[in-house]
Amino acid sequence: MPPRKLVTGALLAAGSLVGSVLLRRRAARKRERVDLYADDGSMHSFGEGTAEAERLLPIAHELLAL
Amino acid sequence: MLGAMDAAQAIGDLKEISPQVRDVVVIAPDGATAGSSLADEPAAARLADGAKRLLEAAEELRPGVAQLEAATTGGSVFVVRDGERLIAATTTPEPTVGLVFYDLKTCLRSIEEQPEPGRDPAPAKDKAEDAAA
Repeated sequence: MPPRKLVTGALLAAGSLVGSVLLRRRAARKRERVDLYADDGSMHSFGEGTAEAERLLPIAHELLAL
Repeated sequence: MLGAMDAAQAIGDLKEISPQVRDVVVIAPDGATAGSSLADEPAAARLADGAKRLLEAAEELRPGVAQLEAATTGGSVFVVRDGERLIAATTTPEPTVGLVFYDLKTCLRSIEEQPEPGRDPAPAKDKAEDAAA
């Protein structure tokens, strides 16, 4: 395979990888979640769909509607 | 009990330095609203009540919660506890989480640092020792 085609292919593959990582990060940020930080420094994160988030997120929605 | 002007000043400073913050409420140890950015008192009371409910529900799920963020597509709700006092805020979507927590804690502590009427402020030496600790 000519080196030029090889470089083009590598660049396309790298671009696709970077693009998919950015899209995944953006999608993750848009998911609703609740993060609880404890006194001992530990943190628990509950994404939408979990029982914990389903209990806490409605209260948050209520407050954001004020 | 906090002086209303003290809390109002601290909340004003917070709103000035943190444009991500929409509404803020400070809740005194007795559960009363000590200050708020909301001019509408019933709305401030609802924000305070909701923040307490949020923290109580979180506490039932994971005891020992010191602070929390509930992130939604429409914005986030932050609640920070410092001793018996609470501060709660709503923000724009996708806020800078660490910065908001820091600003809320700074706001709450600046209210606490106000000397009580008739009481001398803490000597500078003690403050320096606290800072070093």
